[in-house]
Amino acid sequence: MINYFRLWYRYFQVEVLSIPSRVIALIFFIVIGALPFFTQSPQVLRILILAGIYAIYAVSWDLLAGHTGQISLGHGLFFAVTGYIAALLNLHLGFGPWLTIPIGALCAVVVGLIVGIPALRLRGFYLALVTLAFPIILTGIIFIYPDFTGGELGLFGISRLSPSRLTDTYIVYVVMLVSVFIMYKLTDATSKFVRTGLVFQAIREDEISARKSGINTVRYKLLAYSVSAFFAGIAGGMYAHFLKIMGPSTLELTFSFQAVLWAIFGGMGTIYGAVVGVYTLFPFMEVLRFFPLGDEIRGVLFASVLIIILLFMPEGIGVWIRDKIEITCPRCKEINIARRKRCRICNAQLRLDDQSS
Amino acid sequence: MLFAIFINGLLYGGTYALLAVGFALVFGVAKIVNMAHTGFYMMSAYLIFIGVSILGYPLIVAALLTVVGAGLIGVIAYRLFLDRIKEHETAVMIVSVGLALLIQELLLLFFGGHYKAIPPFIHGFITISNQQVSYQSLLAIVVSAVALLVVWFLLSKTMLGIAIRAAAEDREAASLMGFNVGRISMIIMGISVVLAAVASSVAASIFTIFPTMWLHPLVIVLAAVILGGLGSIKGSVIGALILGFAESIVVLTVPKGGYLGGVVSLCIMIVILMIRPEGLFGISFEEERL
Repeated sequence: MINYFRLWYRYFQVEVLSIPSRVIALIFFIVIGALPFFTQSPQVLRILILAGIYAIYAVSWDLLAGHTGQISLGHGLFFAVTGYIAALLNLHLGFGPWLTIPIGALCAVVVGLIVGIPALRLRGFYLALVTLAFPIILTGIIFIYPDFTGGELGLFGISRLSPSRLTDTYIVYVVMLVSVFIMYKLTDATSKFVRTGLVFQAIREDEISARKSGINTVRYKLLAYSVSAFFAGIAGGMYAHFLKIMGPSTLELTFSFQAVLWAIFGGMGTIYGAVVGVYTLFPFMEVLRFFPLGDEIRGVLFASVLIIILLFMPEGIGVWIRDKIEITCPRCKEINIARRKRCRICNAQLRLDDQSS
Repeated sequence: MLFAIFINGLLYGGTYALLAVGFALVFGVAKIVNMAHTGFYMMSAYLIFIGVSILGYPLIVAALLTVVGAGLIGVIAYRLFLDRIKEHETAVMIVSVGLALLIQELLLLFFGGHYKAIPPFIHGFITISNQQVSYQSLLAIVVSAVALLVVWFLLSKTMLGIAIRAAAEDREAASLMGFNVGRISMIIMGISVVLAAVASSVAASIFTIFPTMWLHPLVIVLAAVILGGLGSIKGSVIGALILGFAESIVVLTVPKGGYLGGVVSLCIMIVILMIRPEGLFGISFEEERL
């Protein structure tokens, strides 16, 4: 038993403690999880919950666009479909959130497949602009049937996610951890257990070559759409049940752009980048509300920060930081702390221009 | 009814065509998906509003100053923000979204979210077959047509036009032939913003102006450009006219059509892309390999 623990600790030491970005991620998640022990002010919890929901949403966009290369500018569609279906099931049939969110997410998968099938023929900007169309079409449908869908005002009176805001926080926190972890593993190109990560990247880099190598790219693209839609749907369902109101604002262009903004701000094509983007930009914007004048200038500040950061770090802030603290060994591809001169595994020289060693 | 549909279709179609041509030029030459394009259209409308209502200039002076000023702002924005990170395609797109958001938020900050109106160039209307057509709509249609003709002339008959088409076709080859592609990109950005400003100076008095008015034209312009085929100027004009007429038919004939204007345009775009994935006039290409 003790030996077993020692083995696990050793594994932990090699795989987590010696890689700075993973240490930062671990500390970050512990801090987020422990924050409600120190303050339970409703505003802080609200920011935590919404940031968690948006993190799932942004990461699901990153899985589809950053990893598989299927750039979608209408990702709010999946979010809103689940939100609306969860709200309707809850209001008309009285189902609780434990039932409505999974059902809604499955409906989002169906919608994802409906969007994904036309997407098979298109690529690049054509695809991006076709996906942009779907949420706007759904908005039109919602506005035509206001009696059933609530129209412009939205649906309200949805039951809460859980009795108190504190439990809400932890539910969202756990769901966020699990979803992000699953998506991280699904897109991990170096994984030894699932090959989806490698296949997704192959499709992004060169679809014809991928097909030539015997990969059924149609199946994998649809898989990417379903997984992405499912998780965006989970986020949307929790959003509806947390805010207790579901309106067409999530179908607007700006909300779909939000996911893109967060993911690219943090670093596209890296799952953690989307998380970094959400957890830096979203709280920053919310905290500004508490300052005098903050409410008026927060939009201007948001746009300026976005532009300035991307001008100086066009790869995204997460990738920029990672490049400062980590270096990949050229021989064995293991990750090392940037201040090391030689690889911790194979002792190869890490930088070729380094003359001192 | 038919006549109203026709006039409205030309009006919407002409405005969208001006915007779509500018967007397509920037995409073709500078390879930038400029999401801020309709943001500049909105900015021009507000500049005219400032000139007329706050500074008290006559409308024609305000419009001319706006066309020049907006072109300069476009070039400056290109130099400051877009040009620097051209290599990162997605980052450029997001920066242009950021620019549009910046314009929107600045306008919200200074003018609030209220609807504003610009006076028309010419008051009054003419009655043709029992339909009232305002002179301003006719003016907008004529100005759009003239501006499109000028663009066509510029592209096909002048040295600059040859340079633009060469740069759009093959940047590296154009560069090797001695064209300064960087400067051409800058000029094309200026031209595209000037076109947006022209569109807004004639059309903004027909539509109301408010700080989120860039979203709807953006969707239609993107749809029109895609519909016509990326990289084809003729295609984007025809795409814009198709969508303009579709919107005008839906808005005028279908009940609750106001909500559906954009929806029908987008459905048309999706259907056409299902049939021809490269758009109406796009070059059919096998997948580009790098």
